[in-house]
Amino acid sequence: MRNNLELYVHIPFCVKKCGYCDFLSFSCDEHTQGKYADALMREIKAYGARMKDYTVSTIYIGGGTPSWLDENKMSEILDTVYTSFQVSKEAEVSMECNPGTVTAAKLEQYRMAGINRLSIGLQSADNEELKILGRIHTFEQFVKTYELARNAGFSNINVDLINGIPYQTCDKFLRTLQKVVRLKPNHISAYSLIIEKGTPFYERYKSDALKQEAGMPTDVLPTEEEVCRIYKMTQEYLDKAGYIQYEISNFAQPGYECIHNIGYWTRENYLGLGLGAASLIENVRYANTADLYEYMKEPAKNRTADEISRKAQMEEFMFLGLRMKEGVTRERFFREFGIPIDGIYHAALEKLKAEGMLMIREGRIALSEKGADLSNYVLAQFLID
Amino acid sequence: MSVKQDKIRNFCIIAHIDHGKSTLADRIIEKTGTLTEREMQAQVLDNMDLERERGITIKSQAVRIIYKAKDGEEYIFNLIDTPGHVDFNYEVSRSLAACDGAILVVDAAQGVEAQTLANVYLALDHNLDVFPVINKIDLPSARPDEVCKEIEDVIGIEAMDAPRISAKTGLNIEDVLEQIVEKIPAPAGNPDAPLKALIFDALYDSYKGVMVFCRIKEGTIKVGDPIKMMATGASAQVAEVGYFGAGQFIPCEELSAGMVGYFTASIKNVADTRVGDTVTNANRPCAEALPGYKKVNPMVYCGIYPADSARYPDLRDALEKLQINDASLHFEPETSLALGFGFRCGFLGLLHLEIIQERLEREFDLDLVTTAPGVIYKVHKTNGEVIDLTNPSNLPDPSEIEYMEEPYVSAEIMVTKDYVGSIMTLCQERRGNYIGMEYLEETRALLKYELPLNEIIYDFFDALKSRSRGYASFDYELKGYERSELVKLDILINHEMMDALSFIVFKDNAYERGRRMCERLKGEIPRHLFEIPIQAAVGGKIIARETVKAMRKDVLAKCYGGDISRKRKLLEKQKEGKKRMRQVGNVEIPQEAFMSVLKLDED
Repeated sequence: MRNNLELYVHIPFCVKKCGYCDFLSFSCDEHTQGKYADALMREIKAYGARMKDYTVSTIYIGGGTPSWLDENKMSEILDTVYTSFQVSKEAEVSMECNPGTVTAAKLEQYRMAGINRLSIGLQSADNEELKILGRIHTFEQFVKTYELARNAGFSNINVDLINGIPYQTCDKFLRTLQKVVRLKPNHISAYSLIIEKGTPFYERYKSDALKQEAGMPTDVLPTEEEVCRIYKMTQEYLDKAGYIQYEISNFAQPGYECIHNIGYWTRENYLGLGLGAASLIENVRYANTADLYEYMKEPAKNRTADEISRKAQMEEFMFLGLRMKEGVTRERFFREFGIPIDGIYHAALEKLKAEGMLMIREGRIALSEKGADLSNYVLAQFLID
Repeated sequence: MSVKQDKIRNFCIIAHIDHGKSTLADRIIEKTGTLTEREMQAQVLDNMDLERERGITIKSQAVRIIYKAKDGEEYIFNLIDTPGHVDFNYEVSRSLAACDGAILVVDAAQGVEAQTLANVYLALDHNLDVFPVINKIDLPSARPDEVCKEIEDVIGIEAMDAPRISAKTGLNIEDVLEQIVEKIPAPAGNPDAPLKALIFDALYDSYKGVMVFCRIKEGTIKVGDPIKMMATGASAQVAEVGYFGAGQFIPCEELSAGMVGYFTASIKNVADTRVGDTVTNANRPCAEALPGYKKVNPMVYCGIYPADSARYPDLRDALEKLQINDASLHFEPETSLALGFGFRCGFLGLLHLEIIQERLEREFDLDLVTTAPGVIYKVHKTNGEVIDLTNPSNLPDPSEIEYMEEPYVSAEIMVTKDYVGSIMTLCQERRGNYIGMEYLEETRALLKYELPLNEIIYDFFDALKSRSRGYASFDYELKGYERSELVKLDILINHEMMDALSFIVFKDNAYERGRRMCERLKGEIPRHLFEIPIQAAVGGKIIARETVKAMRKDVLAKCYGGDISRKRKLLEKQKEGKKRMRQVGNVEIPQEAFMSVLKLDED
């Protein structure tokens, strides 16, 4: 039997970096973009040759803004993937794109290149909020992009949203959801804004973020209570609109769950290609260099490898698996590690169950509503001393 | 090796903190060629890491130096370094007992300060001959003539021919060396008399056992001698004798009357060696012991607990080892509901406490939780009994208390005219009683106050420095006990009393302190799954309350490109944070919280 493999392809370029973003992305000229794409293709070929025993089940092209890259280059990259790897016919092939960076022709070419799922970074339907975030587009531009995508034949579209934006209230976010749901995307992801170190937002909102974390009154960020309300409202509203919450921050129409993402939570093998990309292959975790020039010089060489200990594998099994609504099963734990889950986590499971953080039913262990609210607390309990 | 007694000079250097004592010691060592330049490192005598970092001398150190004087003779100098801070008066005192004379270093810009006076009086008490040296004459603000006059006026010792030096640049150091020969008397004592040696310090060496530092007053000590400690009664056979090279111990055949050196005798039991004790020959004992030192009593107490309770035996071991060369450190076992097994430790002052705490953490690799320091209160019970209270938790029920007393100090604060007002305000705030004020010269005044010790142990020194822009200097001595209205302030977390957080406070300050304590703790205690009330109580009555709200919602980030190492780090951080906490009931309290009472005056 051939093993499954998910591919992640990283395009680290953005027209302009947003104030909150701490992903590996930056603005750069077309020439460098071209050279990067060439290096990426060299890497794809090199790993394709090394991983003949795997069948690629999903491809995810993320960024940065992959749609900013020249569409011919994008086609070339995907062609290289198809010729270098054994890609399943039913493979889910996603690409992230930002409003205002695509045209009908570009989208048409993506379709031709095999992309069958688009993930559009909207973040908010409120133009004021978009400005605060430092986005380069308006809601109206998003609608245009969305319609172009539908017209180009994309039948699986995700919309990325961020909540917890400065000055946001539950009502404001509800209006964003209403506007988005009206367009009937197949998938919606709603993450919280995190004030990450090293971003302009950190300088701006650092103290407010600390207040938020401490549950204190805040100046511009929504308070913890408000964030909590927003989360509950999102769940209820999207549930009514026919979206199933299959993961802590992800909602999908039935049958439109992101297979690639689920792979991360179930610890499928995945190969990260491109600058700074991470991989997990047969319990070894790899990370590519984050140095652009080092990468472009020898794209398939500069990566670190960390073998994941059995202990760490169990920890990951739990703290990744529990992100999913359906959680983890005793049976699968036993299958992977050869011992009953209670042999390792009896105390943690009992404690969390008593605290009302977990639902344990018929061999299935999942976060309760309360557990989902305090997931960091719950997941940390599964780290072994 | 035979050394003529009249060629030996045993001396120390005394000074106010920062007047350049250690720098002068370095320069003396360098000038006499004891160390090659390569070996010379700034502040040779401060060999504890901590001393170098803080730029202060904590432990006394000794070094033997050979000096060829202008009269053509070779002299042996035994230089014994002494600490300058008020907390370490005791250390100064025992170093002085090993000396025959002292060099008084006075800063040419600052002049005579409170500690200058205190140290000179201490030296004179020990019958030492003192001669002054004016240091830092290279400073633009130096005023050596005025300072000489000040020394004569204020201290009353001859200063007109005092060497005017810069220890930093090495200017006129020869004058100091010559004056050591001229002005410091040679030691006396009969080398053939029965052995009589004063222990002035000791340290523990894991190979040799206890190394005893002593000054031979009478007789001679050599390898193989059976010796006896007169106070502890311990006896042993001398394995090695020697003297102090710079930064090393140099064995020699014998030490005779007038000399300073060390011996080892395979003494493994730390308690057998007591600084201040007299060593004599077991076969030929001397008639009576030396007077030793005035026993010093700790003034400040706090609880010290190992963060990891399994390391309690290590903590005890470490405290015992520190105690051999720091007799002023007291400790006895105690238990706390919140912190488990630990020790109630007594210190000379807050700096002493901090130093010990840091030494325990660095030299013994211990993680500690320290409770709020307090003084010793006298509790007069209705049944006539009087108890010394060092741990607030042991305060008897109020119904059994007739009245309480707290220790007061007589403080002398030297300050320039401009800051007299603000310093007086500070003393007033600290419940001080004004005693008087003298002008030493036109611009400087000596303020005299009586202050409760409790009010000065936390941060008085810092407050003094900040309100005088660093110009005030301060010295104090224990005056005695005075009756006072005191109450015990208890802290309840989630309705459970935290014994380790209780402290004794002046009644009128209880409300304010309690309120701030609750506020402070609210910031220290992380949120739990449930709401946690924090209350301050006096005699069962709640006087302040804060609440740590329950956790409600984590914010969740996007997990980018399968990079889960970041998520792992976040979770590990959360878990690591928990490890540094103490579980009391169902509440986890960070160790820092137990120190938070110390920070009440910071904002």
